[in-house]
Amino acid sequence: MSGRFAVGDAVIVKAEYPKTGHIRTPYYVRGLSGVVADALGPFPNPESLGVGGDGLPEQTLYRIRFKQTDTWPDYGEDPCDTVDIEIYEHWLEPANGT
Amino acid sequence: MAHDHDHRDFQPDEEESLPDYGVAEIAVRELLLEKGIFTAEEFRGALEGFDRAAPERGAKIVARAWTDADFKARLMADGSKVVEEYGVNMDLTELYVVENTPDVHNVIVCTLCSCYPKPLLGAPPDWYKSRNYRMRAVREPRAVLAEFGTHLADDVQVRVHDSTADMRYIVLPMRPAGTEGMSAEELEGLVSRDCMIGTAVPGSPAKG
Amino acid sequence: MSDDQKPRRYHDLGGIPGGPIEISDHVLLPWEKRVDIMRGLLGDKKRRIMRADVMRHTIETMGEDKYKSLTYYELWMEAVRRVVVEAGIVSEDEIEARIAEVRQRLGLGEGS
Repeated sequence: MSGRFAVGDAVIVKAEYPKTGHIRTPYYVRGLSGVVADALGPFPNPESLGVGGDGLPEQTLYRIRFKQTDTWPDYGEDPCDTVDIEIYEHWLEPANGT
Repeated sequence: MAHDHDHRDFQPDEEESLPDYGVAEIAVRELLLEKGIFTAEEFRGALEGFDRAAPERGAKIVARAWTDADFKARLMADGSKVVEEYGVNMDLTELYVVENTPDVHNVIVCTLCSCYPKPLLGAPPDWYKSRNYRMRAVREPRAVLAEFGTHLADDVQVRVHDSTADMRYIVLPMRPAGTEGMSAEELEGLVSRDCMIGTAVPGSPAKG
Repeated sequence: MSDDQKPRRYHDLGGIPGGPIEISDHVLLPWEKRVDIMRGLLGDKKRRIMRADVMRHTIETMGEDKYKSLTYYELWMEAVRRVVVEAGIVSEDEIEARIAEVRQRLGLGEGS
């Protein structure tokens, strides 16, 4: 079963802010648009593992590349700089809304 | 009752300086040994493995990647598998090697905790685990690099990797110019731990 | 959602303005190294008692005070202790009793 997204796809991280649970999507990229740099295959879900669960169903993991100028409104360094983060599929939506 | 798994088997503490959590460590470890969760042999083996993991192992791999194109290709394709040849077991994590080029400089951080390729490089330095590094490396990487004495050219893109999942990263630094005649040992000597985290480059004056 | 309604968890530090990085390191004390070994064994493929995510979640929920005041290995030792108790492997009473016995054995006195 292949993942929902392909390399090059524009995606947006869900703007959700759970108060509990073991979340591995950093706060600073919630609601942010980026591009799929790599599709890494299925992995056990840390949100289940963190509370002693079995990690199922597995989620496809993606390496998402964000422009630093998108990530920080006042980014003062080089505009070509980027930040790469691995994010699980259930945290991602297509950026163009389809 | 005699304890045949005396903590002194492993490494002598300076008992005067053993804090409460150090005492708790001894207590919990003894109980787990007694309950068969792990054996003294397993513990000793893990300790030896821990001591073997050190930046020198990473430096060996970098130096070989610099001089052996086939090795480098294999390393980039499946880092975990290739480092097994050096006795490195990444266990439940995967090793990714990210390559510095004239266009891209990579820096590694774990903003959420302190994920680090420990089976290869050993324990991370205190600064890598510090609040300030975790806060600032994603937001102002060049300012952070400057604190390490590392300055990059204007046309280089800084790519920060925030290790949030099961991947563990090392940076493959660029081979410095003028090193063509050097032996493997000499090349390894150029590669500090900080070069493989991305806060230094070989030959640059990294602090610490 | 306005900013004050968006909870940033206390371990989720990326992008918060910070201070100069203290570029220091220390050789691990023997007890610290043993904590690292113990955590590794508990979470390894054979045992998976304390997978990294369980340990991280324990640290992420033990409270901001502890997170900010304990040293790195003190946090891990606290996490190991909580996880093995919660897993039913050891009881708190057993740990407390053994701590007292270790103190006596090593001539350490009461502790803090």
